Amino acid sequence: MSAWTHKHLLSLEALSAEEITFVLDTAVGFKEVSTRSVKKVPALRGKVIVNAFFEDSTRTRMSFSLAAQRLSADVLDFSGSGSSVSKGETLIDTARNIEAMGVDVMVVRHSAAGAAETLAKHLSCSIVNAGDGAHEHPTQGLLDLYTMRERFGRIEGLKVAIVGDIGNSRVARSNLWGLKKLGAEVIFVGPPTLVPKTFEKLGAKVVHDFDSIIGQVDVINMLRVQNERMKSAQFPTVREFTSLFGLTSDRFARCKKDVFVMHPGPMNRGVEIQSDIADGASSGILKQVENGLAVRMAVLYLVSRV
Amino acid sequence: MPTLLIQNGTILDPSTNTQEKLDLLIENGRITQRAAGYQPATKPDQIIDAVGKLVAPGLIDVHVHFREPGDEEEETIASGAAAAVAGGFTTVCVMPNTKPAIDNAAQIEFVLRESERLGLCNVLPTGSITKHRDGSELAEMADMHRRGAVAFTDDGAGVNDVSVMRKAFQYIKMFDGLVMQHCEDEKLAGGAMHAGVVSTSLGLPGLPAEAEQLMIARDVLLNRTIGCRYHVQHISTAFSVELIRRAKKDGLPVTAEVAPHHLLLTDEDCRGYDTNFKMNPPLRTAVDVAACIQGVVDGTIDILATDHAPHRAEEKELEFAKAPNGIIGLEGAMALYAQALVTPGHITWMKLIDLMSTAPAKLIRSTRGTLQVGRAADITIIDPDVSWTIDKTQFKSKSRNCPFHGRQVKGRATHTIVNGRVVWAL
Repeated sequence: MSAWTHKHLLSLEALSAEEITFVLDTAVGFKEVSTRSVKKVPALRGKVIVNAFFEDSTRTRMSFSLAAQRLSADVLDFSGSGSSVSKGETLIDTARNIEAMGVDVMVVRHSAAGAAETLAKHLSCSIVNAGDGAHEHPTQGLLDLYTMRERFGRIEGLKVAIVGDIGNSRVARSNLWGLKKLGAEVIFVGPPTLVPKTFEKLGAKVVHDFDSIIGQVDVINMLRVQNERMKSAQFPTVREFTSLFGLTSDRFARCKKDVFVMHPGPMNRGVEIQSDIADGASSGILKQVENGLAVRMAVLYLVSRV
Repeated sequence: MPTLLIQNGTILDPSTNTQEKLDLLIENGRITQRAAGYQPATKPDQIIDAVGKLVAPGLIDVHVHFREPGDEEEETIASGAAAAVAGGFTTVCVMPNTKPAIDNAAQIEFVLRESERLGLCNVLPTGSITKHRDGSELAEMADMHRRGAVAFTDDGAGVNDVSVMRKAFQYIKMFDGLVMQHCEDEKLAGGAMHAGVVSTSLGLPGLPAEAEQLMIARDVLLNRTIGCRYHVQHISTAFSVELIRRAKKDGLPVTAEVAPHHLLLTDEDCRGYDTNFKMNPPLRTAVDVAACIQGVVDGTIDILATDHAPHRAEEKELEFAKAPNGIIGLEGAMALYAQALVTPGHITWMKLIDLMSTAPAKLIRSTRGTLQVGRAADITIIDPDVSWTIDKTQFKSKSRNCPFHGRQVKGRATHTIVNGRVVWAL
């Protein structure tokens, strides 16, 4: 009675609550593998998984590579820069060429929203979206859900604040869909230039005053402040951003006692999050990375079996 | 030249507000008789039995892109004209955003010569407002006007520099020419789709409605004391319609056109990232669609155009944000407009023909768009009841970028007659 029927993982928007829970439950089993002395299972022996990263990434790519290796799959790595992409080949052509080497699963990271979905239409292998532009980053959403569920024992009823550059964030969107489907409340926090009101139509609460909600939330997920946004005048200075939306000690002191602090990385210490909070007892940041491995093993395993 | 008799059809002539069963005799490329049950003294060379059909003045599309010179693999004047007549169009106005841009009289003459050589439909050139269509210096518009340019536009982009646009209005007013503006503020441009809930959900950069509205408002203000004839291309937002409505109420010389996709599709259709739903202006919301339809009904929008914009399949197969804007429209436009406007009862066939023939003729000061005796015989015979499926593989256009592929529609041109010659028959 497998609850998983999808050949691809393109978004959390397209999944049901049951399917999301099924992935998380599957990941629990795979997390145990990392505790063994031989950290490997033969689940995907003989399968070929390619990491097709058309945009830079360190953690996500390493996490997918290690996840594939722990499942005994053969892993190929492709990175966009210095490849045929820079010679003018289209994304679809490049991907078709990689697929022709006999690929079972292609993990795709691309700067363009919709890239994974487009490839899913044109290729016959399984596609796992590892981040497409500002659209979605479903495995990050799943690992965030996993980490919250591990910490609180549930998702339903949690109040989750996601703070920062929401408009440009695929992490925020995947979290929004996943959390809403599993019954949590999602509050997006940031200036209107980074958090458009249109998110309310998607089910988020949009708040521009961090302090007004800080004492009510169970989880604070801080997004990275991207300096390039300043050049496009989406906020005036990092200093002002930190004063309004940074997780400072002053704000942290007003949080719930058992507040859980998360960050998808990479962090700007002292900008969106104060260093000692990131490293403190309330922080789940390294747990997120650890759980990412188990979640990605689960995802690769599930899509390969369809 | 062979003579042609069209009999038993219902004449729809908005220029004389005529809707009745009349026969038309065509001699030497002109309409010479228009009468009920006309019996010619000598047998005509060709007779078309138009029983059950509408006989209308030839359709005129004031907004097409034929890509020649420069991108002939997407479309040529020949392939575009073939697509036009297959869609029932007898006159089209080509936009000057070719490579190089049509910005001088020699280029204007090239289009007219090619049109004449082909002998399909009347392909009329527009000239760019600025040299190289780069928005900075006025092109030789008086010269282009003299050689036959019907309007001036930098279409593909608006003229953003307010000082250049002011001079353009003044200069074009000198010879009572026509400005066609692609209204888009460049500082708000660059989005891949309409800025709204759907773009937020898809994570695509949004193109706000205000980009269009700003330039319409600016131009209306700028032109207020100048009074140059001003036409807004491919209007797409609710408040744009309202701006035009107010300008008309103030008695300003403003007209506007819409495209079929802005009456039938919305930004919701961009879900799935199919680049055949990517164009500029982008698909807007259901509220905007309703406002555009209302604008057509109440006369705020004067003209139905297509913005026929061919692109190669390879180009359209790119990521959504990177793919070029535009879709092709000539071969399905009339049926799509009938679906959007006539079938739901918003307007009559007579009004549709007015918006697709008589009104555009008036805009470009053509003597066509009418079935009056003595005028050039540009005629479209329409079967209003025939159901068919839009099939891009059957298009005469060189390109296939059409979001309406597979759509069931009703109403089709069965004969397209230009200067008295049947140039296309179903």
